[in-house]
Amino acid sequence: MKIMPCPLNGPRNISEFTYGGELKQMPDPQACSDDEWADYVFNCDNHAGVVTEWWLHNASSYWFLAERHTVSDEIIRTFDPKELFDRRVDFAQPAARQEVVA
Amino acid sequence: MPFSLLKYGLSSEYPAEVDLPAPKELKDSYDVVIIGGGGHGLATAYYLAKYHGVTNVAVLEKAYLGGGNTARNTAVIRSNYLTSEGVRFYTESVKLFKALSNEFDFNIMYSERGQLTLAHTDATVRAFRQRAEVNKHFGGRTEMIDRQQIRELVPTLNLDPGHLPVLAGLWHIDGATARHDAVAWGYAKQAAKRGVEIHQLTEVQDFVVEHGRVTAVKTNRGTVKCGCAVQAIAGYSSLLMNKLGIRAPIHSYPLQAMVTQPFKPFLDPLVSSSALHCYVQQTGRGEVVIGGGSDPYPLYNTRSTLELKEGLLAHAIEMFPFLANAKLMRQWAGITDMTPDYSPIMGLSPLENYYLDAGWGTWGFKATPICGKTMAELVASGGKVPELIRPFALERFSRFRQVNEMGATAASH
Repeated sequence: MKIMPCPLNGPRNISEFTYGGELKQMPDPQACSDDEWADYVFNCDNHAGVVTEWWLHNASSYWFLAERHTVSDEIIRTFDPKELFDRRVDFAQPAARQEVVA
Repeated sequence: MPFSLLKYGLSSEYPAEVDLPAPKELKDSYDVVIIGGGGHGLATAYYLAKYHGVTNVAVLEKAYLGGGNTARNTAVIRSNYLTSEGVRFYTESVKLFKALSNEFDFNIMYSERGQLTLAHTDATVRAFRQRAEVNKHFGGRTEMIDRQQIRELVPTLNLDPGHLPVLAGLWHIDGATARHDAVAWGYAKQAAKRGVEIHQLTEVQDFVVEHGRVTAVKTNRGTVKCGCAVQAIAGYSSLLMNKLGIRAPIHSYPLQAMVTQPFKPFLDPLVSSSALHCYVQQTGRGEVVIGGGSDPYPLYNTRSTLELKEGLLAHAIEMFPFLANAKLMRQWAGITDMTPDYSPIMGLSPLENYYLDAGWGTWGFKATPICGKTMAELVASGGKVPELIRPFALERFSRFRQVNEMGATAASH
């Protein structure tokens, strides 16, 4: 059994968790181009080495971040997202889309 | 073939056949450098030499021939996919597979057993109807069968596993298996015969890029200039693409499989259940191969885990209860480069003379011949993408034109 040290629930069996993808910087959805948005949605680094990634503890619906080595599968550190996300982000109301005249 | 056999039999001393010429020094430059000496890379080299007369080609393999995913897949060949793009492509592959033994004059042990996929829910039954129709439309042989027909095909199958009784089956008559090592060896031998150089223990570590072109590859045996380069390195695709700054939606996951002790022949078709995430087949030697879905999170490591093995075996035993007493002989894993839409990434890259053959996830072996053929066409034409692989371009993700094969791929091989 592989153990994931959860910042909220302590050490638990890794089968209780779901992998949530690499930590990526989200571009501004209003300002970025389609290509930048597609890059954010689909592409990833897929590095062989230490990566920072999202994980979810299923039973408590708790999202957190983990630093894990993707070759040795060693979990180096797990931490609460508030370490990185320390400010409230208010998304601006999207401007009303203009009708496209065909 | 019969004459060569007669000559062989009558010759006073049996002519020694050279499978692969002894390794040579790397040349300074090649027209085409193919990175990766698995089935795909070797097939590309073979078709380049055979159909396009391009023989100044080097296949560079970091370890030994066909030792990566070519040796680790479970050797399933089928074309019963869902999308017309997918079905058209894999149907061509099955056709080429059928002729390979003759083409190589070397037995790849192609064995057409048929593949049976089980539906346990109404939703799956509906998806199967669609797959059967799409498949027939493109010349494949696939039909829906009911419980009675399933019972006749596979008498040892438990039709009522736990809470998931089998409702119907997708019977793919073209489903087959072949000896995966032999496919790689056959391509290697025939490519080498036509002048292609195959260099094992030669790892491409970096590139020289000038004006948007790859002009040379740096290996552990020195730098080699190239007219163009093709990467066919399966699970490790991202590592080379990252070196060139090519962004792609690939995650590398381990995929685990295992083999039991041999039994008397009891299972002719390849049987798979997507609801149970498990597929079971009996090899020509009588062993039962059991495989399923990829690991739950990405990893570049072919370690095995007890958890996945236990889950997979629980499902295999639900399907074939007598397997509970079987002994496992071997278990292994391969690294699969999964894409979000479960289709490959083939064709052009942002670099002018660098071609991609990646994102083969868990569906690479069955595409080996057609992949080699179309990649060879692409390379020989200097970047004109063949019709058959146009839908699999890397840029489909930024155009939001994915080819969704998830339902027809995940854990059903």
